[in-house]
Amino acid sequence: MEYYLLAAALMLGLGAIGAAIGIGILGGKFLEGAARQPELVPLLRTQFFIVMGLVDAIPMIGVGLGMYVLFAL
Amino acid sequence: MASGEYTSQEYIKHHLTNLTFGNHPEEGWTFSHGETAADTAQMTKEMGFWAINVDTMLWSVGLGLFFIWLFRKVAASATSDVPGRLQGFIEVIIEFVDENVKSVFHHKNPVIAPLALTIFVWIFLMNLMDLVPIDWIPFIFNELGVHYMKIVPTTDVNATGGLAFSVFGLIIYYSIKMKGVGGFLAELSFQPLPKVFAPFNLFLEIVGLLAKPVSLALRLFGNMYAGEMIFILIAILPFWAQWLLSVPWAIFHILVITLQAFIFMVLTVVYLAMAHEDH
Repeated sequence: MEYYLLAAALMLGLGAIGAAIGIGILGGKFLEGAARQPELVPLLRTQFFIVMGLVDAIPMIGVGLGMYVLFAL
Repeated sequence: MASGEYTSQEYIKHHLTNLTFGNHPEEGWTFSHGETAADTAQMTKEMGFWAINVDTMLWSVGLGLFFIWLFRKVAASATSDVPGRLQGFIEVIIEFVDENVKSVFHHKNPVIAPLALTIFVWIFLMNLMDLVPIDWIPFIFNELGVHYMKIVPTTDVNATGGLAFSVFGLIIYYSIKMKGVGGFLAELSFQPLPKVFAPFNLFLEIVGLLAKPVSLALRLFGNMYAGEMIFILIAILPFWAQWLLSVPWAIFHILVITLQAFIFMVLTVVYLAMAHEDH
């Protein structure tokens, strides 16, 4: 049985769902904050990118491992 | 180099294998070598803990020296007249790091800003090696008789782990320096629950403390490893499909490598600021 295909699919898919929800909320809140207080945009943008990097990391790692499992094992 | 001489699995594994030097139980001090990449990895495993990834050391130390040389050169020839482009560029980087450190770190410590600058530029340079087409440098080294060469130090967990545990050492050092051993232990054991639950608190806080360097190291490693992995997979494709995928991914990757270097820097400064806070 080739369970590794399933493993890669779960890794890529669940990672994508999590990141999509996370970045969706994050971007929405960023726009909300920017609309309410436009003078804070530079500060918010820095923080936005920091948090985006944190959110982005886990699915990216998932993609890398998933690709490894798919093609190199 | 398409998959002419190798199967694609062998090609991927070959690109993910470090040039390792170590003490093999049977063959003594040698570079690990083998028929296939898997054999080489097996030999590296047999060398145990004290094997060293020569390519990682070479490229990371080389890029570190390049960073020091470049910044020193610009600093020594800095002028208050109309500055050259290079000086302008370096000034932008230094001001960017300085602003970020000032906004996060409110204590007095002359080490933090240079540390942040070093971490940011060094990690950025190491990540930047990812954008060099993956076969160029390994091909040159292959012609010279060196069969394994991984040119991106941050795709080696030993390099990112080394960085992260150095930061961890600084966190412990400054925590003890600012609060004393007692203060540090008190901070670990009398939060977040009241004092009666001290052992439970201590356990919780130590796990939290150890999670910091591990997450720092694995976040950087994972991102760069994934990026490198995708570049390798693109390189297996037929030649006419390569630029179509490689160019967009490389452009996206410029964002990733800068962001990861930036996040490593910011988190280091945040952790050290937390270490300086006295409750």
